[in-house]
Amino acid sequence: MSGSHRAVSPNTHNRRRRAINRVVIAITYLFAALTTVPLLAILFYLLVRGASSLSFGFLVHAPKPAGETGGGMGNALVGSVILLVIAALVGLPVGVGAGLRLAERPRTTLSNTVRFLADVLNGLPSIVMGIFAWQLLVRPMHHFSALAGGIALGVMMIPMVARTTEEMLRLVPVSLREAALALGYTRWRTSITVVLRTATGGIVTGALVAIARVAGETAPLLFTAFGNQFWSLSLARPIAALPLQIFNYAIAPYDDWNAQAWAGAIVLLAFVFVISVAARVATRRRHDSAD
Amino acid sequence: MNNRSGADRAYAVFTTASAAVIPIVVGLVFIALAIAGWPALRQFGTSFITSSAWDPVAGQFGAAPAIYGTLVSSALALLIAGPLALGVALFLVEFAPGWLREPVAFAVELLAAIPSVVYGLWGIFVLVPLLRRYVMPFLADTLHLGNTPLFSGPAYVTSMLAAALILAIMILPYISAVSREVLRAVPRSQREAALALGATRWEMIRDAVLPYARSGLVGGLMLGLGRALGETMAVTMVIGNQHQISASLFAPGYTMASLIANEFSEATTPLHVASLMAVGLLLLVTTFIVNAGARWLVWQTGRSRA
Repeated sequence: MSGSHRAVSPNTHNRRRRAINRVVIAITYLFAALTTVPLLAILFYLLVRGASSLSFGFLVHAPKPAGETGGGMGNALVGSVILLVIAALVGLPVGVGAGLRLAERPRTTLSNTVRFLADVLNGLPSIVMGIFAWQLLVRPMHHFSALAGGIALGVMMIPMVARTTEEMLRLVPVSLREAALALGYTRWRTSITVVLRTATGGIVTGALVAIARVAGETAPLLFTAFGNQFWSLSLARPIAALPLQIFNYAIAPYDDWNAQAWAGAIVLLAFVFVISVAARVATRRRHDSAD
Repeated sequence: MNNRSGADRAYAVFTTASAAVIPIVVGLVFIALAIAGWPALRQFGTSFITSSAWDPVAGQFGAAPAIYGTLVSSALALLIAGPLALGVALFLVEFAPGWLREPVAFAVELLAAIPSVVYGLWGIFVLVPLLRRYVMPFLADTLHLGNTPLFSGPAYVTSMLAAALILAIMILPYISAVSREVLRAVPRSQREAALALGATRWEMIRDAVLPYARSGLVGGLMLGLGRALGETMAVTMVIGNQHQISASLFAPGYTMASLIANEFSEATTPLHVASLMAVGLLLLVTTFIVNAGARWLVWQTGRSRA
């Protein structure tokens, strides 16, 4: 490479190298700045378009029929909470259990396979999980239900929770486990009361991140929870969810509904961001030294 | 070791069974979609992939426009987001001053946390009007690209271009997060050797860091591609949902994911449902291959560190 520059004096050559270096650095600064533009633009428009529709009534009322003004997404908020509770009940025990297994016997064929498939499952399209849940749960039961939606979200949580749990458990010093076993603790008590308990903070963080991620999911709910314009607490019936309601109101031809979609998006994003930020703060404190 | 109590055995069974759930789910997804989509694949054979005729009333189903739209929108998104994400990752790992690193990393992370439906909402009401009023006329008239097939025709409200742009924004944080991890995994000695030989920072990156990280970076790009291929809500909201193959990026289109999202709840005939399931199966197989390849590549790079 540098051979071609032999005719040029060494000084000019070095000056050019430094110039290229500066240009590249400047480009990465530019790219970093460009990346923050969409984030700021989204947050800005959310506040501008949605804030005016955000009110106490919006948070506690069910939608009004098209044409009538007012109404809100209260039922969708409650619906989302119910769906997330079901999802957590499905996803957390299985995810943590799988994480325990991955951390305790990390080099077995099963663990390697599970780890790999967990990562792949994490990347599979959520719409595919939606029609999968429809085929397995909705089709045999012949109707949409909150239960099917919650399970669909819960299954999506399993690989995420499993992987973070494993990572957190691996940070627990082996000496701790050995000390407990040496004191005569059985293996399961060692795992649950010593190892798992030491890693609880990190695992809770991971669980929160997983919940925040599925909280914004719409595609898996389209054909499972389906959505509902009315209050419903029944697990066997269609139920409203915040992301679904935002979607339906966003593509509706009414200005009032569009405005409510923006307001709903503020609520959804606030929920997701608060959890993400809390999780981030907790993890950073924990791993400052490891980084 | 030999005095494993019943509780110990129950614990081992529980954790192993939990771990086994993951491969079982993956297997079940394939089996369920294959069974549900089989009637359509049997009836239409290869024409399911090659035909553009999607007519639920006549019972004709060809998914070519959706497959085409998926590939084009994802490829374009990767083309836009790839260099940007790599630049941001280099910035964060190599160049950023300490006070700027955390805020930028945080902004990228927040970008990844925004739900798809919120991107779609922003896309419909902000990005799409912006494209139609400023960007499309600029590309077609000011730059005189209107005569090329890529930028020809009227500026529709919804378009392939809008879908690709929103996808690019959405996959950028994923690619940059993986790239960042991969770049961090490059040993310090590799960098110091290059610097000691008198390389500038950029020469160090070009000659010592990027070659070492290459397979991991490609893996990160593939992970982004996998996201783009399967992304549903935001794309459904801005792509226009038209069964057509148009060379112009200004024209509306369809993707496999948006086709399912859009038609599934209205599908009445068994063949229509089966066809959508078959589209889901195609999407599953594609994203599975892309993701598996990506993970393998990323692991190759990260293994020395783990």
